[in-house]
Amino acid sequence: MKSYLSSEYVVHRDHERCIRCKVCVNQCTYETHYYDPEDDKVYSRDINCTNCQRCVVFCPTNAITITKNPNAYKENENWTQEAIVSIKKQAETGGVILTGMGCDKPHFTFWDRLVLNASQVTNPSIDPLREPMEIRTYLGSKPDRLELKNSDGDVLLMTELAPQLCLETPIMFSALSYGAVSLNVHESLARAATEFGTFFNTGEGGLDPRLYKYGDHTIVQVASGRFGVHPQYLDVGAAIEIKIGQGAKPGIGGHLPGEKVTEDISQTRMIPIGTDALSPAPQHDIYSIEDLRQLIYALKEATDYSKPISVKIAAVHNVAAIASGMVRAGADIIALDGVRGATGAAPRVIRDNVGIPIEFAIASVDQRLREEGIRNRASIVAAGGFRSSADVVKAIALGADAVYIATAALVAIGCTVCQKCYIGKCPWGIATTDPWISKRINPKIASKRLVNLLQAWSSEIKEMMGGMGINAIESLRGNRLHLRGVGLTEAECRILGVKMAGE
Amino acid sequence: MDHTEELIAEISRKFLSRIRSKESVYSVDASGLPYRELNTLLKALGNNGAKKIEVHGVYGQRYIGTGIDKKIVIELFGTPGNDLGAFMSGPRIVVHGNAQDCCGNTMDEGLIVVHGHVGDIAGYSMRGGKLFIRDDVGYRVGIHMKEYRDKRPVLVVGGAPGDFLGEYMAGGVILVLGLNSENKEFRARYVGTGMHGGVIFVRGEMNNLVSGVEALEANEEDMKIVDGLVREFCFYFGFDVDDVLDGKFTKITPINKRPYGNLYAY
Repeated sequence: MKSYLSSEYVVHRDHERCIRCKVCVNQCTYETHYYDPEDDKVYSRDINCTNCQRCVVFCPTNAITITKNPNAYKENENWTQEAIVSIKKQAETGGVILTGMGCDKPHFTFWDRLVLNASQVTNPSIDPLREPMEIRTYLGSKPDRLELKNSDGDVLLMTELAPQLCLETPIMFSALSYGAVSLNVHESLARAATEFGTFFNTGEGGLDPRLYKYGDHTIVQVASGRFGVHPQYLDVGAAIEIKIGQGAKPGIGGHLPGEKVTEDISQTRMIPIGTDALSPAPQHDIYSIEDLRQLIYALKEATDYSKPISVKIAAVHNVAAIASGMVRAGADIIALDGVRGATGAAPRVIRDNVGIPIEFAIASVDQRLREEGIRNRASIVAAGGFRSSADVVKAIALGADAVYIATAALVAIGCTVCQKCYIGKCPWGIATTDPWISKRINPKIASKRLVNLLQAWSSEIKEMMGGMGINAIESLRGNRLHLRGVGLTEAECRILGVKMAGE
Repeated sequence: MDHTEELIAEISRKFLSRIRSKESVYSVDASGLPYRELNTLLKALGNNGAKKIEVHGVYGQRYIGTGIDKKIVIELFGTPGNDLGAFMSGPRIVVHGNAQDCCGNTMDEGLIVVHGHVGDIAGYSMRGGKLFIRDDVGYRVGIHMKEYRDKRPVLVVGGAPGDFLGEYMAGGVILVLGLNSENKEFRARYVGTGMHGGVIFVRGEMNNLVSGVEALEANEEDMKIVDGLVREFCFYFGFDVDDVLDGKFTKITPINKRPYGNLYAY
């Protein structure tokens, strides 16, 4: 069948600048560039290009430019390029359209319609460069009340505290499964989390034993496929996360493409080489809140109640009621993943149409738990498309304790969000398990980039807090008076619990 | 940790009269004991030198065997609750009675022998060890079982299974004998849906197959595996080996490793 699809991008090469070094040929894992010895020239197959910019960055003479293919269909706000291309592709293959990363549509981002406050005249702002500024965050269940005893002038804490995670900044690395990303990426995240004093999340593909030494800064995930879940794995982590759902694909399971299931992945996940790693949509031992409690306590029994148990869900319509049930089921941490949350592979219709924006989820969950008097029993971690420290500050002001970042972390180590993670040949060496391509991530350098990112965002968070006259992150948490809406409807303001700018 | 030690001390004080011991063999009266107290006690005994623990009066307590990493023997009299042996790695559990749902959930190593029937999703995502059930089992049993090289979990069902047996199976061995059951015919539907590894043996014929799997008569090589498992089954439950092996066995395997490989447009 002749394909009616044309290339998405066009590669332009300035042949005068090109020195035929073939760096682009070697760097492009999609075989876009090729050298023709007869002409002594490098050419491109545009159809293969994903616009990942790898060749552009590595071309020593800046000879390459990539542009969107100007041959677009007639402009149409309804029948967009994406809509037409998808239909043609499906007519040719009969397949579900896959995509990677988070939703790329503009209409779900509410962070840009929230603005932060700053102190002027009536209270002083604080300069974080010269005054102490506390952003350390503890995640876990907090007691309903503290019992103290006075003993010879010392105050003793009599209440037994539940296990906590201590974060030096309210930012953690979100779940990226081993298999979706390479061991080098896992190691980069683990090293950076350890160095900075935060946590990385293994995702659902288990943990390679070579990374057990970073266990004190690791959250190990247990999902429906139960890949790589065994007593040692549970012991090694500082916390355990039960993955119920993911913002990019609420309600459906995962299929790690067989191309990515290599010998190492097969060993960790205990599935045949080359098979699709199938994660069922539900965990078949959880059909209710009571069943969730059963798994939470199974994990607590397996680890002697020594670590917090997190439960991660995709933010969906009844998220507040569900979260209330999760807290009552014994979850110490509730992780909410919004509609913009990313993925290594998901059907695009699901990614772009299912779930609710994280802003509303944080606000409604925080509000509901407060109303029910159980907010202290679990920490809230928000995830799904955090692009900057401003998003983080706004999330905490809405009621989150901390946030998970994954796309931002991957961008820090090279990702350009080209959305082709599911192919398994990521030219940046990230979303791949190919041993040759994986080498493009050097854990020593990549972890440095990640630490730098955490450092930069933490400094910015302190600056914003200082501006508001706040010197401890606790005073920001759920402090919605520091937020105002711009261009929001009354209903949106009500659900977010914020006033309009000017009010 | 402090709390656990306190709990053990408290349980010992509170339940001293419930524990009898003789040469590393302990006998515990579990009647009326909440699961956390019972399991703390079993973990304390099991991880600290007990060779065998008999637990009497078991009545719905969950997670028995979880968190014990020693190869001890635990004999249960009564009905253990859900998640028996969940995430277990080591112990050999014998249940003189029925077990409930999630028996052997994500089990890593060890053995569970149930002299009765079990509920739904027994052996969910088993990675190793063995599960022998004398009678019938519920729905979705042996789903998502895994294997890697010599680590190959085994699940033997003496009676009949419910629907979705071996769904998403990625490894391991399931053997269904269809003995001692009211459901003499193999009525389970959707057996092996999404299966992409491992093998299911069924004593007798298998007709209602789902797409993606194939059923062949077990060959000589297969029968070596079946023979060993049947002998072990008969050893635990006292059936006659020749009677059980009489007749033909069917082997169900996935047709290909990527049952959903053609689902997507790249």
